[in-house]
Amino acid sequence: MSLLSDPRWSEALAHLPDYLGNHVRVSVTALALGLLASLPLAIAARNRPLLRAPLLGFASIVQTVPGLALLALFYPLLLALASVSVSWFGFGFSAFGFLPAVLALALYSMLPVLRNTITGLNGVDPTIVEAAQGVGMTELQSLVTVELPLALPVMMAGIRTAAVWVIGTATLSTPIGQTSLGNYIFAGLQTQNWVFVLFGCLAAALLALIVDQLLAAIEVGLRMRSRARAMLGGAGIAALLAATLIPTLARAPSSYIVGAKTFTEQYVLAALMAQRLDANGLTASTREGLGSNVIYQALLNGDIDLYVDYSGTLWVNQFHRSDTRPRQALLGELQTALAAQGVTLLGELGFENAYALVMPKKRAEMLGIHSISDLAAHAPKMSIAADYEFFSRPEWAGIRDTYGLAFRAQRQMQPDFMYAAVASGEVDVIAGYTSDGLIAKYDLAVLDDNRHAIPPYDAIVLVTPKRAGDQALRAALQPLLGRIDISIMREANLRAAGGGSASSPDAVARWIWQKIGGQ
Amino acid sequence: MGQIETTPPRVAFAHVGKSFDGGRLKAVDDVSLQVGAGEFLAIVGGSGSGKTTLLRMANRLIDADAGEIRIEGQDVRAADPVALRRRIGYVFQSGALFPHMNIAANIGVTPKLLGQPAAEIASRVDELLDLVRLDRAQYRGRFPHELSGGQRQRVGVARALAARPSIVLMDEPFGALDPLTRDALGDDYRALHNRLGLTTVMITHDMTEAILLADRIAVMRGGRLLAQGTAAQLTHSEDAYVGELLRTPRRQGERLKLLLPQGKTA
Repeated sequence: MSLLSDPRWSEALAHLPDYLGNHVRVSVTALALGLLASLPLAIAARNRPLLRAPLLGFASIVQTVPGLALLALFYPLLLALASVSVSWFGFGFSAFGFLPAVLALALYSMLPVLRNTITGLNGVDPTIVEAAQGVGMTELQSLVTVELPLALPVMMAGIRTAAVWVIGTATLSTPIGQTSLGNYIFAGLQTQNWVFVLFGCLAAALLALIVDQLLAAIEVGLRMRSRARAMLGGAGIAALLAATLIPTLARAPSSYIVGAKTFTEQYVLAALMAQRLDANGLTASTREGLGSNVIYQALLNGDIDLYVDYSGTLWVNQFHRSDTRPRQALLGELQTALAAQGVTLLGELGFENAYALVMPKKRAEMLGIHSISDLAAHAPKMSIAADYEFFSRPEWAGIRDTYGLAFRAQRQMQPDFMYAAVASGEVDVIAGYTSDGLIAKYDLAVLDDNRHAIPPYDAIVLVTPKRAGDQALRAALQPLLGRIDISIMREANLRAAGGGSASSPDAVARWIWQKIGGQ
Repeated sequence: MGQIETTPPRVAFAHVGKSFDGGRLKAVDDVSLQVGAGEFLAIVGGSGSGKTTLLRMANRLIDADAGEIRIEGQDVRAADPVALRRRIGYVFQSGALFPHMNIAANIGVTPKLLGQPAAEIASRVDELLDLVRLDRAQYRGRFPHELSGGQRQRVGVARALAARPSIVLMDEPFGALDPLTRDALGDDYRALHNRLGLTTVMITHDMTEAILLADRIAVMRGGRLLAQGTAAQLTHSEDAYVGELLRTPRRQGERLKLLLPQGKTA
């Protein structure tokens, strides 16, 4: 099959209006906010060294914070602000998605605008400024009719840099719940769909390039006093905005938002649930790539309507329980605890995705390791790899302390890569997931948790408080409950990780639906 | 002299002082000077003599520390500096035209600030282009970088005259021009001064230019006013520096007379 006839291209293209529209919306808002804040600050600071130095210092520090971290920091910050706002003023706002993305990106855009505006204004020939004063201009008239027009080329260079940065960095707003072109990249990376990754990168780069060139046209037009050129650039920007925003605005707002965490299985299950909702006439869209803690808060706030979580994860992370219970007892207690927060536990999907310590079967047999207890003796000579959150999760502390594990080295990896890493011997043990199809593919052994340190992890569907009594939602998802067993999920995960053209979450979700007897 | 005493002075400095650097540098030190209506005064001095500072205090581009400055009888401290500058013409060194505005916009800038109607400004611009002997149609739409130094300074003069001021301050207006242009422009301006009944204060470091153009000359050095009067009066000055300043043009004149035989120069 040739690269271009790969159906994933057309699938990627189908997402383009949504992703691009959202990307443009968040970038433009952030840039506008950044300019609105930076320009007056720069004008105020240009002749005040005491203000200028800390301002530029602050903007430079912001610039050194990695984009993803900056975006992620705004989520808890806004969450705290929202709860303060609720208790003081009686209303809250969503700390999820658009708002944190806009604020973080606006902050990110400030340095080039501040620096170039100050440099541009200070670079205006002082004799010209004096002449402006001499012919009888007020300070404001001098600024507006002489200094700003003369500083404009330098300022525009800063604005162009800021625009390119913001458009590029906006791809990182996906994990905090803002749809962007980053959705292609994050989803593609999780599901090893390189077509998506490539498409997302190209789309973001192309968008940045076009915006940069249009701004350049405006700049040249302004500098050469060519109204036609400036208008052409302005019209181009307006056309771009219209073309990207109108499809998103005209689209019926999807009434249901299905959340997904950062790994393949979650993408597939979110796609499956969205398909079921759509099939029942309820419009649905997905918000993918959300962190474990972000996603539960988002559900509580009603920013997403439903998602799949795992009983043990909630037990340990959300309810901070360090004891474990038998499966059914844990589910029962969890249901009560969730209900206290207004969250409905719609039901179990039928499989468990537990953390498990995994190593190559051959090596395990050679060393005589069958359980985690057996592993403990070898651990000091071994290295372990896990996903980005495992080592900071209480489950790890539980396993480590129960078995007295002390590894030589710990590494964090993209979940989809760690199976290959352990199979090739690059690490000795990984903390994998029991539902992962790669366990069978790479001939790996799941070590027995003989002392029951790992709680059960039944996949369960959670529904946001405001949808608690939604019968249509229940009816649409009912056919999924209890129907997806571990072998189906493993195979689905393996398909999704396959990297082939049938590996997109949507395609795999359709396969599951067929497999469990849907039409 | 009698004329100056009977009509009130247009510009009057009385014991004016200005220091910079927290008082360490005295740029202008106790200067008293009066410019009568219709008079052309040149202030001559080297760099650092305080002549430019003195001129700028007249339209409050710089505020004086000490003494009193009156423009047409009014104390400048009581005047709004912006309004004051709009009614005094100011010609900057080498033009200082706004590079992003065309010639018409440069000339019309003060009338526009005063809120005059656009049509009125446009006809005033043409009138001024005629006055400074630049072709209306050819120059109106051009930008400063498309003009020669002399043409730019003609526009600078036109800009200063646009709002029909009775007083014009000039800061070394012809200093950066080649000798031919400088001579032509100086003569043209002096003719305008007479025709429009202006009161002009011109800063220059060139005594020859001052003698040729001005009615009266004031000599400054180190912030102090050393002498003032007509060129003829200055020759009686006891001050060595004033004498030195006057000797130079005279000596040049004598040498030129010897080197250039009469009758062959035309």
